Amino acid sequence: MPELKYLLFLGCAIPYRVLSYEISARKVAAKLGVELVEMPDYNCCGLPLDPASHDIMLTLAARNLCIAEQQGLNIMTLCPGCAGTLRKVNKMLKEDRHEREKVNGYLKDAGLEFKGTIEVKHLMQVLAEDVGLERIKETVQRPLTQLSVAEHNGCHVVRPQKLIGFDDPENPKILKSLIEVTGAKCLDYLDETECCGAPVIGVNDKIPLSLARDKLSHMKAVKAQAVITVCPFCHMMFDTNQSRIERMFNETYGMPVLHYPQLLGLAMGFSPEELALKDLRVDASKVVSQI
Amino acid sequence: MNDKKEAQSKELESKATLKISDIDMRFKNEVKKIPGGERLMMCFQCGTCTADCPIARFSDTYRPRQILRMAQLGLKDRVLSSDQLWLCAACYTCVDHCPQDVEISSVIRALRNIAVREGYMPAVFKELAGAILETGLAYKIPELRLKRRLEVGLPPLPKASLESVSKLFNRTGFSKFMEKGGNNNART
Repeated sequence: MPELKYLLFLGCAIPYRVLSYEISARKVAAKLGVELVEMPDYNCCGLPLDPASHDIMLTLAARNLCIAEQQGLNIMTLCPGCAGTLRKVNKMLKEDRHEREKVNGYLKDAGLEFKGTIEVKHLMQVLAEDVGLERIKETVQRPLTQLSVAEHNGCHVVRPQKLIGFDDPENPKILKSLIEVTGAKCLDYLDETECCGAPVIGVNDKIPLSLARDKLSHMKAVKAQAVITVCPFCHMMFDTNQSRIERMFNETYGMPVLHYPQLLGLAMGFSPEELALKDLRVDASKVVSQI
Repeated sequence: MNDKKEAQSKELESKATLKISDIDMRFKNEVKKIPGGERLMMCFQCGTCTADCPIARFSDTYRPRQILRMAQLGLKDRVLSSDQLWLCAACYTCVDHCPQDVEISSVIRALRNIAVREGYMPAVFKELAGAILETGLAYKIPELRLKRRLEVGLPPLPKASLESVSKLFNRTGFSKFMEKGGNNNART
């Protein structure tokens, strides 16, 4: 089994708006024997600036990779956007000499050089590939057998398939199996693999809110008691924006949105307070009462 | 009323007619030079990208197939000034589904990069870039939130060397686009 020690890359959205994800992820990681080291001196992964300049994205991502190389540790992220970006850039710079030389030319000014000695994983990849379902199962003390939930993968954990190579984006199974280990039932629903729309917020709000509403209505149709996310942006789309969606379309969903580590944490026996369930905008007490 | 109709039909006609003078034959090569844009000319306009795009389903105007066609034809000004260019969510569904292995989402990103170079940067990117220069992160996280981390028992948030980040902004030439862009608020 690989050594379960990673640099924790927090990114920007989680410390800004989704602390409950970080709090619960640290709790379950500790329980699983996963050691998380604070990543020093890190900057934004670069993804938000990719539309403006591909080169600045590559360089910001590469700076983070160089810092991890200096620490001699692999990176774990909680945000699929960060994971996808750092994984893609890491692969590209390892394989493409021309791009590597270009980016190293930029990094030289900051006294850095990309060498290609580490790997990057999202929390889901660490749980599924390194920790393993068996080990997770051993930590479940309170199986959530009364609970039926819907999953929402973050796009960048699985797409583009050619570059990421994790799970099947057309028929994703890994988050489902991680949910089922907790004893909860994971339901299928229409258009399950579609994006939540979050990246478009700020440019146009109506389109992504309509998209998220469509997904919420499909989850409700199969009687999901909660949605489980592994991405701060999907979480904001369904949790933070749910009341906005309800007002906009004059509908009621009341659909609790839990981070996967919150669900797993409940099954491990942590209290709702320890997992920061109170931070959620949509009241999750219905979920807790099922346990 | 008639005037309005006439104006509308004129506008439609001008959109439907391609003038040879609007075409930049070299534009496709400019796109192909940017990583991810290489296979632009392999697109045979099947429309799988539009059919499978979650954004297109909820928009009357966003059609990735059309954006690629404009780029192939060299309708540079029309595509770069289009508000539609900024609606891609980068979910990469189109990239995974394209039968011709065209990275549609990356072609759109390449077009956005060129648009920024030409001065069409939506204000939101200038804000994000400004925050990264000031704090290392894409958002300026309020002091209260940083304090709350400590109150709930989380370690303090690491700080990036701003000098190092700023050097990279200068070295990649991105600082120059920031001065140039942001005035033209491409918004839908």
